[in-house]
Amino acid sequence: MPAITLTINNDLISARQGQTLLEVAREHGIEIPTLCHLDGLEAMGGCRLCLVELQGAPRPVPSCVTKAAEGMVVTTHSDKLVEYRKMLVELLLAERTHTCSICVQNNNCELQTLAAKLGIDHVRFDYLHQQLPMDASRERFALDHNRCVLCLRCVRVCDAVEGAHTWDVRGRGSTSRIVADLDRPWGTSTSCTDCGKCVQLCPTGALFKKGATVGEMKKERSFLNRILERRRLAAQGGTP
Amino acid sequence: MSRLRLATAWLGGCSGCHMSFLDLGEQLIEISDAIELVYGPLVDAKEFPEGMDVTLIEGAVANFENLELLQQIRKRSKLLISFGDCAITGNVTSLRNFFSVDDLLTAVYHAGPGSAPRSDEADQVLPELLPRVLPLHQVVEVDAYIPGCPPDPERILAVLSSLLKGEAVTLSEVQRSFG
Repeated sequence: MPAITLTINNDLISARQGQTLLEVAREHGIEIPTLCHLDGLEAMGGCRLCLVELQGAPRPVPSCVTKAAEGMVVTTHSDKLVEYRKMLVELLLAERTHTCSICVQNNNCELQTLAAKLGIDHVRFDYLHQQLPMDASRERFALDHNRCVLCLRCVRVCDAVEGAHTWDVRGRGSTSRIVADLDRPWGTSTSCTDCGKCVQLCPTGALFKKGATVGEMKKERSFLNRILERRRLAAQGGTP
Repeated sequence: MSRLRLATAWLGGCSGCHMSFLDLGEQLIEISDAIELVYGPLVDAKEFPEGMDVTLIEGAVANFENLELLQQIRKRSKLLISFGDCAITGNVTSLRNFFSVDDLLTAVYHAGPGSAPRSDEADQVLPELLPRVLPLHQVVEVDAYIPGCPPDPERILAVLSSLLKGEAVTLSEVQRSFG
């Protein structure tokens, strides 16, 4: 692959053609926060936490879906970007009801960790306290919309890795909801295979295994790269 | 050197943050030379005193009594610190914001089991609920935050130690998570 050269935070950095800015930054030890992104799943640019500034661009761009190009001049941590990231996470905390203290995911949660990392010790916006339903109709798993950040990892992994495409999204903006089988109770879904991949990749306590009480839910994600690696080998004609 | 005049207050919360404060254990004795605890659930004082250096406030603002006390504390304290998740986010106390006050009281005291304690007499004694439970910083200016449900004693000690040294309150990344 041809090499290209770009500037990130005043350093000249070489990258391979086709790499995203997020990949290049991480390869060089520059930590850009993400929430919807997960290695192995198709990048979506949904959460906007990975926004970076490009010289000459009128507005920040999401680094997870922006390809590195020759001569680009990128800034990853300007005061404005740091403030935007904080604001985005505060808005997520205010929009739904993420009461950490009574969540199955307490102390194992990506949103909780991210907030602490970004220095959020309070939220400046009004909490909406929308009373959203919980779907506990599936035998092994449950979905609590109050904890969902709409990262769509569940939708993507169910489609691309499990091949079931049980999950989708209904509505727009802050009224968006994750739905199973075109909006039926999850328990009546005929496409869901109960594989649990969506549950393990969910960054918060929105998707969880039934029977977990506060702080008990831990997620196991190693399956994703294992499956994708075997697929890659099989596609090359090797032994999976 | 004069001692740091410290108060604590308990608004809409479970007192778990105060329990965590007590969990400082022997360290409380070590800092007692530098701190004078003058008001709070752990002290027998009826009126909130004037001229506080620091006040730690546990709990969210849930009723008019909380609201009045908080405003009085703000006027009488140099530094006001939101102490624990209820004070900072509303936490469990604010889960009643899913309902209107009328629906809530009806569900709990009229439709629920047992007899309803609501009467003219009760209305004169019990403080009236605010329409919504609020975090402290939506009512008054807050100078620092100690997240946690409850904040563990190490967090409380970190904050008290920096106050005693006259430094700004800063908690490390692992010490400032909610929950």
